[in-house]
Amino acid sequence: MIVGGLDIAILLASLMVGAVPILLAALGETVVERSGVLNLGVEGMMIIGAVTGFIAAVTLENAVAGFIAGALCGAAFSLIFAALTQVFQANQVATGLALTLFGIGVSSLAGQGYNGIKPPVTGAVPLGLLRDIPFLGPMLFRHDWVVYFSLFMVFATWFVLNRTRAGLIIRAVGENHEAAHALGYKVNRIRLLCILFGGAMAGMGGAYVSLVRVPQWTDNMTNGVGWIALAIVVFASWRPGRVLFGAWLFGGLMVLGPNLQAAGYAIPVEYLSMAPYVITIIVLVIMSSGRGRSLGAPASLGQNFHASR
Amino acid sequence: MLSLERRANPSQFWLWFTPVLAVILTMVAGGLLFALLGSNPFTVIRTIFWDPLAGTNASYFRAQLFIKAAPLILIAVGLAMGFRAGIWNIGAEGQYIMGAIIGASVGLAFFPTENRLIFPLMVAAGAFGGWAWAMIPAILKTKFNTNEILVSLMLVYVAQAILAKASFSFLRNPDGMGFPGSRNFSTYPAARNLDLIERSGFHWGAVAALGVAVAAYVLLTRHGIGFRIRLAGQAPRAARFHGVSPTRLVIFCLGFAGALAGLAGIFEASGPSGQITENFATGYGFTAIIVAFLGRLNPLGIIFAGLLMALTYVGGSLAESRLNLPAASIQVFQGMLLFFLLGVDMLTNYRIRYGAARVKGAGA
Amino acid sequence: MQRRNLLATAAFGLGLALSGGSAMAQGLEKVKACFIYVGPIGDGGWTYQHHQGALALTEAYGDKVEIAWQESVPEGADAERAITQFALDGCNIIFTTSFGFMDATNAVAAQFPDIKFEHATGFKRDQPNVSTYDARFYEGRAVMGTIAGHMTKSNKIGYIGSYPIPEVIQGINASFIHAKKVNPDVTMSVVWAYTWFDPAKEADAAKALIDQGVDVILQHTDSTAPLAEAQKVEGVIGFGQASDMAAYKPSPRVSAIIDNWAPYYVKRVGALLDGTYEQSAAWEGIAGGEVEIGEITDAVPADVKAAAEKMRDDIAAGTYHPFTGPLNKQDGSAWLAEGEVADDGALATMNFYVEGITGEIPK
Repeated sequence: MIVGGLDIAILLASLMVGAVPILLAALGETVVERSGVLNLGVEGMMIIGAVTGFIAAVTLENAVAGFIAGALCGAAFSLIFAALTQVFQANQVATGLALTLFGIGVSSLAGQGYNGIKPPVTGAVPLGLLRDIPFLGPMLFRHDWVVYFSLFMVFATWFVLNRTRAGLIIRAVGENHEAAHALGYKVNRIRLLCILFGGAMAGMGGAYVSLVRVPQWTDNMTNGVGWIALAIVVFASWRPGRVLFGAWLFGGLMVLGPNLQAAGYAIPVEYLSMAPYVITIIVLVIMSSGRGRSLGAPASLGQNFHASR
Repeated sequence: MLSLERRANPSQFWLWFTPVLAVILTMVAGGLLFALLGSNPFTVIRTIFWDPLAGTNASYFRAQLFIKAAPLILIAVGLAMGFRAGIWNIGAEGQYIMGAIIGASVGLAFFPTENRLIFPLMVAAGAFGGWAWAMIPAILKTKFNTNEILVSLMLVYVAQAILAKASFSFLRNPDGMGFPGSRNFSTYPAARNLDLIERSGFHWGAVAALGVAVAAYVLLTRHGIGFRIRLAGQAPRAARFHGVSPTRLVIFCLGFAGALAGLAGIFEASGPSGQITENFATGYGFTAIIVAFLGRLNPLGIIFAGLLMALTYVGGSLAESRLNLPAASIQVFQGMLLFFLLGVDMLTNYRIRYGAARVKGAGA
Repeated sequence: MQRRNLLATAAFGLGLALSGGSAMAQGLEKVKACFIYVGPIGDGGWTYQHHQGALALTEAYGDKVEIAWQESVPEGADAERAITQFALDGCNIIFTTSFGFMDATNAVAAQFPDIKFEHATGFKRDQPNVSTYDARFYEGRAVMGTIAGHMTKSNKIGYIGSYPIPEVIQGINASFIHAKKVNPDVTMSVVWAYTWFDPAKEADAAKALIDQGVDVILQHTDSTAPLAEAQKVEGVIGFGQASDMAAYKPSPRVSAIIDNWAPYYVKRVGALLDGTYEQSAAWEGIAGGEVEIGEITDAVPADVKAAAEKMRDDIAAGTYHPFTGPLNKQDGSAWLAEGEVADDGALATMNFYVEGITGEIPK
């Protein structure tokens, strides 16, 4: 299907790929924020995942190992944030910002000597005949496994948050930590686990940048993707399904710019690049004005909790 | 088993001693890092913390401390007021950018007219630009109850896109051979933000930073609005009973912080930076958030925090060039300092105890 | 201006004891050469190549040269401080390697008249001790354009531009003119990435071009992302930019434009050592060794390779200039008459496409 000189199936396929890093990171952050924690260090955790994933994949000559390493190191890195905010009761906003600063520095030191190397290839999943279905084939069935994994994670996070007891507890902790504590839940421990999950997802998203999207390691290569992930969580009003929609919308706007240019349209790049953020603000306003408190922002977001048994 | 117990009142001893402790811890951990990188840790630490203050050519570097600290202090003081009241403006970077763009636009519109009023007018326009940009989250918050953290953050990206547009089109230097970037204010005396005393680094922005910090301290401790801010932060419900209007508080705090960030922007654009380019914004708005917390949200503390942060930048850059350290190692070092400062702050508000503690509470 | 002068006198008292103000005519015993980089050395492109040039100094002069550098220096006040720092620390010559350092370089130079300043890619030489240097990248583009015109099967070539500034526009025009010369059916799409270095954006741009049927990609951005994207699709080729990008040999990387700053740095520091140093505005290309054509791989047929190499050698020998008339501007108006060669002034301010390129330069 060609519209205005653009092949829509291919455009949609590339936005699905382009959206994977932000989707993974945003899903992780959704769970973190649902538990009442605002971790602004997503960018830092992603870049750590990008560099460690790359190093592991190159050293072990195995891309899957790279993704696992990226996730593990992202989680390990988020432990700094967890320790400071959950144990030492430090302010979350300041700690998150410091985490990003620290992550960019650490990754650059760790990545020295890994510039200009090609990582092992993460190929498309062989889906046989499905690949050749007109329109749907090129759009849906020619991707690598991480794309499908990220889609699965959308479902999994939705399921866990909304259909399981664990999800109920996470949400309870995020809505009212005093009450959750009174019910006997260990607020800080639950939050710590959520932060670790967020770190793992961000780390894996970062690894996707360095292993698939731009298969190489260069300093500061995530270049603000983590901040976009934060925006998407809000845009999605903390709901995994809408996170997917948000990631595709942002991803779509990202790939639309060059595609329109390549097809010969003269477009004002600045307006296109600010569009996602303006749209997010508008969505926020609509949601918050329409239904008052049902905006979905966890009531305890950003507040630390301290209790003694 | 160790446990934490919340103090009834913050410890005065730890309030003053925690920063010292954090710096010592950072020196130890950072020293290890630099040793791992193959440098002499003592030399590096001395270069960062001592050389800019008292080493060779220290008079130059001391002046640079003011240049680096002024915008941080100016922005952080504004943010701290809001943070105290529980109003989370994390978009100071955007307000800083808009202040610079609006202020610079006003100044450049008069080019090459020479008139004493141009610089004050630019400063006013800069403050207005930051204020207006902050009014967007403020009004959305008060009218629609939209989360100000997120709106102010989103507006940073919008401001960055406007900045790119400014440097490529409407503020582009017509004599710039087609390159991006505005005219340099150093070529326009009427609009130049000069050092008040030559080579002191003490430009109007530094004066404003100190003045504002002191004024904010007085406001916070002696004035009605300061009382309302503290009350709203510590006990929102009690504040409402006292007739504190949340709407007016939001408008005041965001507007105040926005105007100060805008001021920082125009002072920077017309002074140390000299021009508007696409890379004009180097993260002062975000770093100031950290500075605000390092200063314990106290305007006078923020002066020290801003200077300390500036010292790590100036000294860090000195260490990079003198010892050929990678830029990233200084970033890591700064990150460590922040982590330690944030971590040990706990000692101010909590007591470490063996066994079970009794008092319970929550803190932001 | 008054401030400048005051600063200059003040600086004398401040730290010039360090800068060994010996008369230039006699040359210096030992030179400390310092470099200000805009990115990290690990960027694998622009800054990396400058650093290679810096390292070449120690190789060429051994103990007579000491080098120092600072990476990832932000523009504005931070750059001014970093440059001053080097000046105070006794550097004899300071290379500032990004356009954004232009005003800072000139401001610091005013305060340290005995120190030599060299600013890359700029045009301001407000002080007698400021020189500028740049490379004629468009000469390399002409060679790449020749290969592109021969190699494209879809007759569509793509160009990833960084920013709409003269240097980039020269490159676009040079590539297109020479592709068109060997293949009259060729068309070119330009995507502006608005970045010098953002792997993800560059990958998106490359992918968008490939999706439009482009099978030869030229890039004026510094990461290998476009080559990695090209590798995913059979039959698409590209070129290394700034560095050789040898990891993508023999295909998709079929050749490369390499920024080689070593000859210039060696020459300038050598001049400082033997006392022949003078202010200059260098703009050298293939002949001077600044622009190197990376190995043309076997993915290119022998006759095409020979044609490209001939063009390279002709440009080096000075017998051919990539902008030689007859050439028209995009709107059809005449630019260069038959046999006329574009002068450097016109090139340095180039703000139009040549005839045949569709699309507009963003304003």
